[in-house]
Amino acid sequence: MTTPLVVSEVFKSFTMHLRDGLVLPVIANVSFSVAAGECVVLGGPSGIGKSSILKMLYGNYAVDSGQILVAHRGRIVDVAHADPRMVLEVRRDSMGYVSQFLRTVPRVAALDVVAEPLVARGTAPEAARERAGELLAKLNLPRELWSLPPSTFSGGEQQRVNIARGFITDHTILLLDEPTASLDAKNRSVVVEMIAEKRAAGVAMLGIFHDEEVREAVAGRILDVSQFSPRKIAA
Amino acid sequence: MSDEPLFKVQDVSKFYGNRIGCKNVSFDLWPGEVLAIVGESGSGKTTLLNCISTRLMPTAGSVQYHMRDGQYRDLYHMSEAERRFLMRTDWGFVHQNPADGLRMTVSAGANVGERLMAVGNRHYGNIRDTAADWLSRVEIEADRIDDQPRAFSGGMRQRLQIARNLVTGPRLVFMDEPTGGLDVSVQARLLDLVRGLVNDLGLSAIIVTHDLAVARLLSHRMMVMKDGLVIEQGLTDRVLDDPREPYTQLLVSSILQV
Repeated sequence: MTTPLVVSEVFKSFTMHLRDGLVLPVIANVSFSVAAGECVVLGGPSGIGKSSILKMLYGNYAVDSGQILVAHRGRIVDVAHADPRMVLEVRRDSMGYVSQFLRTVPRVAALDVVAEPLVARGTAPEAARERAGELLAKLNLPRELWSLPPSTFSGGEQQRVNIARGFITDHTILLLDEPTASLDAKNRSVVVEMIAEKRAAGVAMLGIFHDEEVREAVAGRILDVSQFSPRKIAA
Repeated sequence: MSDEPLFKVQDVSKFYGNRIGCKNVSFDLWPGEVLAIVGESGSGKTTLLNCISTRLMPTAGSVQYHMRDGQYRDLYHMSEAERRFLMRTDWGFVHQNPADGLRMTVSAGANVGERLMAVGNRHYGNIRDTAADWLSRVEIEADRIDDQPRAFSGGMRQRLQIARNLVTGPRLVFMDEPTGGLDVSVQARLLDLVRGLVNDLGLSAIIVTHDLAVARLLSHRMMVMKDGLVIEQGLTDRVLDDPREPYTQLLVSSILQV
């Protein structure tokens, strides 16, 4: 079986043109892979480049060089060099992402935010909303909130909307950026359970978890990003 | 994913003597894709939009459209009549000022129905029903169907313009600052509407805007223009979250947070 995600010799730096072209290296020579049913945790101190790696994998950040090889519909796609249409297709069908912060859009109800990835894949809106409701219920989001746009929700509520949206499809790769950061213990264990279910279903997962307990519960192996850091982080 | 682009723009340039309106712009647009052309005043974005929508003859370059019969036709090798037919059937053009895209002295229903008649529909009852259906889709109350747009607010006029453009089932819609000049809450409603319709109808759209938030919300891809040139382009969220060019970085960093 093809490895769902292979990262090969990826380099990235930011060039801050508004600061006279100051170059901030982010990561150097990153290579790793994630197998189906595996949950790999990105470890390392804050600012080392963990979120940046996830964003590069998702095509949200560009890479300077290297390849990000994703198994998509029976072929291998290099997200680092694919055209925008292909990246969007990979996101729609193969690779999901639970971002650290929810970007809210006016007027769209939480239930529809969660249902959207399923609707994009052709599921009928009613069926998608039903499935969205199941996930929001599992995450203990009060029913009264489902028809409201999430912009006024608390951090923890927004995060649960984000998680539900990321978990609703059957994508083969799932990227998780601090999915439990604002959650209480009860909901943290719900998320741990949801991750275990995805693993059992063969999903390849890569995540950032600052919470030690969650990390212990979900990690198959920990990949220390410090080894890829070209910078020295102040102690 | 379909194999062929709907729209192919190759090296389009428009010069006014020595002044550059736009220069060497090339891109393809696929069915269902929304492209935002972003830039500040004087960037050339409106010039480009006009050149590619047959409203302004380019100095150089070609614009090809994938006709319903499967053939690519060069827009500027068509007759004026053919171009106008295309504009009325396969295409839509939403102006920044709705008064430019509406007939202000005929009723709302007629504004929408006219487009249907222009493509050969003759059954009055059907036309009126279709017009009423579209008015409700753009959230204009049914009892306004016989009112003239002169009596509508800016937001309502803009929504009517959208209905007028979409009633013929176009495959490609051009929009020039569709939310420009509208109040924020009105903008939100309009953007939500456009987003929904584009998704539901699988439309391709090219949207000129100076507002990066509009680009973020509506577009899959984005082109940043400055002084007539495309200085950066790519996946919208990539260009906004990881801008590479100095000007793009300046634009993105200049947005105020609420």
